[in-house]
Amino acid sequence: MSAAALASIVAITLALTPSVLYATFGEIVGQRAGIVNLGIEGVMLIGASVGFAVGVVTGNSYLGLLAGAVAGVVFNLLLAMLVIGRGTNQLASGFALYFLGGGISMLIGAKYIGRNLGGLAQISIPGLSGLPSPWDQIFRQDVLVWLMVPIAFALWWLLFRTRWGLKLRAVGEDKNFSFAAGVHTRRVQCQALAVAGGLYGLAGAELVLAYTKTWQDWGTAGRGFVAIAIVILALWHPVRAIFGALLFSAAVAVGIQLQAQGSPISPFILDMLPYVVTIAIVLIWGRPKAFTVPAGLREVFAGTSK
Amino acid sequence: MSAIAAAVGIDALGSWFDRHPRLTTALRWLGWATVGVLAYVVLILLYGKSPLHAFHEIWANTLSSRYGLQDVAVRMTPLLFAALAVTIPARIGQVNVGGEGQIFAGGAGAAWVALTFTSWPAWLLLPAMALGGMLGGGIWAGIAGFLKARGWLSEVFSTVLMNYIAILAVSALVFGPWRDPTSSNYPQSRELVHAARLPHLGASRVDITIFAALGLIVAFDWLLHRTRWGLEIRAIGGNPYAALRNGIPVSRYIIVAMFVGGALAGLAGMGQLSALQFRLNPGLSASFGYMGFLISWLAGHNPRLIVPMAFLLAVLASSGDILQISQGLPSAIVTVLSATLMMIVLLARAGRRAT
Repeated sequence: MSAAALASIVAITLALTPSVLYATFGEIVGQRAGIVNLGIEGVMLIGASVGFAVGVVTGNSYLGLLAGAVAGVVFNLLLAMLVIGRGTNQLASGFALYFLGGGISMLIGAKYIGRNLGGLAQISIPGLSGLPSPWDQIFRQDVLVWLMVPIAFALWWLLFRTRWGLKLRAVGEDKNFSFAAGVHTRRVQCQALAVAGGLYGLAGAELVLAYTKTWQDWGTAGRGFVAIAIVILALWHPVRAIFGALLFSAAVAVGIQLQAQGSPISPFILDMLPYVVTIAIVLIWGRPKAFTVPAGLREVFAGTSK
Repeated sequence: MSAIAAAVGIDALGSWFDRHPRLTTALRWLGWATVGVLAYVVLILLYGKSPLHAFHEIWANTLSSRYGLQDVAVRMTPLLFAALAVTIPARIGQVNVGGEGQIFAGGAGAAWVALTFTSWPAWLLLPAMALGGMLGGGIWAGIAGFLKARGWLSEVFSTVLMNYIAILAVSALVFGPWRDPTSSNYPQSRELVHAARLPHLGASRVDITIFAALGLIVAFDWLLHRTRWGLEIRAIGGNPYAALRNGIPVSRYIIVAMFVGGALAGLAGMGQLSALQFRLNPGLSASFGYMGFLISWLAGHNPRLIVPMAFLLAVLASSGDILQISQGLPSAIVTVLSATLMMIVLLARAGRRAT
């Protein structure tokens, strides 16, 4: 493989990672509080459509990101209303959220099909972006790419080093016990879902504002579902999630690069790669060890027929 | 209900609700149904159209005309299969979100049979295609069931991810080895031979698979309530650990239920191919798998309720097309409404369980 191809794969991988990683961050926060959200994809689509619309109308992509995150918070609180407020089945409610978000995003995005925007500014790392030609592109990325590692550590600190994080994890392990210990479990879960929603919205908005730069219906292409798989792989830990998200994005990037080089392999086979890689990696590394799974989740997956 | 009555301070009403539980349930469902209709009205109003006009248009073009009824029946057929594909695994606690992928896998299986054994007569080719469709969908879901039964990967994630793989695989096939060389612009397989086409009812567009679907629903209902298998399925659904302790092979049931569910979704794919489209193409399923998931949850995984719920969503889907053509409303409204409907039903059920 030539240096140019390698550099381009690395650059595309980095550019693609935030759209999966921020969704994974959100799902880690939610699942640590005992709530599985199958509707990430829907919240991401809401964030993407609102973010894109605001980005086009105001001409400012950062405002778009902000709007996407806010829309994500609001929309994810709908799940909170269903699951926490009324005790509906989490998996079914999440799926309804996915459908609803997809539908609403199509209604919002309809006006913006075919519109382009400049997108998020690329920020260069001083010094490194002065490297010779094929390598410089790696170090010109949008702000959310550079924030991936700091946010991962911030979330780790939030979840494992603050009182709020302790309460949140306690609720995810055993809701009744936490309630008896004086934790306002519903409030904590709502807060977790709000944070998660903001991260989903950010992920969706980043995808359209920084990467695709156009609106396409259902354009998140399963990233929300992949994020749930990465959560398992990452053992519910934000820093480990970075590696999972990088792996998924690398699989997408390799496919894109091979297509660009005119590989004889069908482009559809290459598009399958990220999903196959995700399943394979979870199977190889992601066998959840009993002690790492938030115990409250077992209740979600057991007896799901009711 | 009684809680609401008590909250607003009407004790007499509250006790009336307590004395008439069935009527109260009916009233609650009526209330939620009204919410559903209101959601539709609000959506149509948001687009500046007249809801009354729209409802009249829907009525005239679906339920009150011969063509409309046929259209609803044609749309309902794959939904019945897809809903059953979700319901059967759901009865033992498995969440099959992969109906869409299983439809594509089944369509590919049936297409392979039809494109390979072109000289076979219809009486041999059609059952072989059905078998191919069932094997395709069944194996696709069976993989997820196997991974779950071994405790390696939850079927919730594997089925969703495998949807994307199956749809892309069908695209790869019809853009590649199975591509019809004579159709230059649209990716699709060669046209099926006449022996590979399912018979229709008279001159209508309704094909015979709708009876197969209805028959299978009746059969599953019977199996569930009248056989040992059904008893064991209900035992696992009630408490998998107790079932395991009583010697029921839960893992085997998981794999078989997923396989059977996938096989039925595969039949939906075979039906679309063999009765309507006659060519394998990337548009084999219009989200039927996902609609089936909604229907099964709307029906509370009760096979008897699948038929009315599938009918409801078929009318809804049909009305979406009508509103798009006659009123210029976007088709995504149907997606929004189906999801709203599901949320309403989930809310209504959660309310019932709490009281």
